[in-house]
Amino acid sequence: MITVKQIIHSLTLVFVGLISINVQASTPEKKGLSIATEAKKQDTGWIDFTADMKMYLRNKQGQSSLCELKIKTLELENDGDKSLTLFNKPRDVKGTAFLSFSHPIDADDQWLYLPALKRVKRISSSNKSGPFMGSEFSFEDLSSFEVEKYSYKYLHDELLNNQDTFVIEQFPVDENSGYTRRVVWLDKTEYRVQKIEFYDRKDSLLKTLSYSDYKQYLNEYWRADKMVMVNHQSGKSTELEWTNYVFASGLTDSNFNKNALKRVR
Amino acid sequence: MFYGKWLVLSLMLLSFNVTSNNLETNMKLGLEYRYFPDKGKYEEQFEHHQYSTFAEAEVYWNWNNGDDLITFKPYYRYDNQDKNRSHGDIREFSYIHVDDNYEFRAGFRKEFWGVTEFQHLVDVINQTDLVEDIDGEEKLGQLMFNLSSVYKWGIVDWFLLPSFRERTFASEQGRLRAPIKVDVNNAIYQSSAKQKHLDFAVRWNHSIGNFDIGSYWFHGTNRDPVLQLSDSEINNTDGSNTQSFIPYYQQMDQFGIDLQATVDSWLWKVEGIYRHTDIDSFLAAQVGLEYTFVGALNSVIDIGFLMEYAWDARGETTNTNIGANFQNDLFIGSRLAFNDMQSSEILVGLRSDMQHNSFSLSVEGSRRMGDNYKINVDFRAFQSNEPLDAFYYLKSDNHFQVSIERFF
Repeated sequence: MITVKQIIHSLTLVFVGLISINVQASTPEKKGLSIATEAKKQDTGWIDFTADMKMYLRNKQGQSSLCELKIKTLELENDGDKSLTLFNKPRDVKGTAFLSFSHPIDADDQWLYLPALKRVKRISSSNKSGPFMGSEFSFEDLSSFEVEKYSYKYLHDELLNNQDTFVIEQFPVDENSGYTRRVVWLDKTEYRVQKIEFYDRKDSLLKTLSYSDYKQYLNEYWRADKMVMVNHQSGKSTELEWTNYVFASGLTDSNFNKNALKRVR
Repeated sequence: MFYGKWLVLSLMLLSFNVTSNNLETNMKLGLEYRYFPDKGKYEEQFEHHQYSTFAEAEVYWNWNNGDDLITFKPYYRYDNQDKNRSHGDIREFSYIHVDDNYEFRAGFRKEFWGVTEFQHLVDVINQTDLVEDIDGEEKLGQLMFNLSSVYKWGIVDWFLLPSFRERTFASEQGRLRAPIKVDVNNAIYQSSAKQKHLDFAVRWNHSIGNFDIGSYWFHGTNRDPVLQLSDSEINNTDGSNTQSFIPYYQQMDQFGIDLQATVDSWLWKVEGIYRHTDIDSFLAAQVGLEYTFVGALNSVIDIGFLMEYAWDARGETTNTNIGANFQNDLFIGSRLAFNDMQSSEILVGLRSDMQHNSFSLSVEGSRRMGDNYKINVDFRAFQSNEPLDAFYYLKSDNHFQVSIERFF
């Protein structure tokens, strides 16, 4: 059964598709921005989600370790998302939780809950470039995508894994970013990120992130079940495996305050 | 006896090994070794080596979609040298009900307040489990009824605390203690209700932009005892003359405030209290800052620098003034986070009294091994030339400590 909502949505897609065709004629900067804006628009309106994440950390010698997390995120209309992250593994940090109110331009507000001391600590969010739990993902790699966080430049079209993609450059606005730029491959049909290359502060290639096994939720929103980050300079890699995505489960602000941070499981 | 029963019960629960989503069991076992290079300052103390083993279990159960939950967390430590350090506690045995805008919590719990690192001045709800560690961060479970309401203008917590826990102290054979033994069996109280005095606290805390602010009022039994010298007792068998310290627990009213500003890589911290008792009324404060270099020296290592200053209106301890340990003390420290797979960390802290010769040094390192083990290596040293300074008693107690924890 096709619902009214789905019809409206498919109409929106057609309409939006027309717009993006219209802007193709302008400068590479404007085209890059319009692609990013479109990608954000396609991924707006999911309200909230919860998901489980497994993070496999591997070094050059092939040693690996596992980190298990539970993530809850609430979408806000006029601000960045609110999210709550709970650590289940490694076991010595089990119960540690992380609350983040992200903002498009201002610094994010972040709190860490340490279960042994029962202490909630406000932490500095300027640590964007540091590794998350010893992985190849930095904090900024895991934060929500907001159009305002970058300036853009469209590079070219490319065929990647049998998909037509736009290739655009993104230049971080925040000076605390660990990158000079990111090069992003987005497929033309759904505006899903397929690949990102990260260039360090000296503008040499640092990492490549590949997305795969995309699944659609609520007939609308695409999430990759697998994300692999390879660090070309250190030879280390980190693989993220996402499971149990649940969208629009009715989370509210009350799931994202200091009290919720202290009791989350 | 009491704790023994609970321990058996918790082990029974663990043995069911249920893997339902609503029931969760965790456990931690640890081995600890301490080495004191110097012999004890007091003759009853053991000489160099101290071994202990500890276990902490956690049983967590929730229903109604997580809106009702019970947590049970028993703890036990066995120590081969210090009989007071062999002890058990119910760290937590509580029920929580969650509603949209409030939470009701009842039972034994731990509640932490404050922002600074070297001293936890405003943290008053739980009693310190001093035999565990002299840094004051280990706490005994406190029986409480707590209503926590969330408003647009912050979170308000009301506490009723119906029973009081006495501080733990090392035995005569133990290290890291006062020059004479603390008679923990004969504590005295200002209130005739003794341990049954109903304590009360209310706290508001809120985050406004870069600021996290909290403020509270506490009325009840001071967790910090005054150690009073007992009358001398003549021992009937050998005729020796012994004295001990008797813990005296006063009633107090305390107003506290804590504030942290988080600006870029800087954390600015303030804690302040005003305490009123029958003996005295005074102000005390701990202020400080922390700065972190992220990815220092072109590596992934974070280096944090900490500096804090403690002031207490009670002043120095003299023959006529009880005073305070941290009355005019400077703390500096550094935190190294290696950001590796094993979460390796080193924390160094140095305290210096600005009024008299008294220092203490603490180095703490930790690293995960494999997925389920963690190793901690600590070193502590104390120096003081002032016989009335609390650290003077610890002069011979410099020690190394290694502990290995296994998580299940």
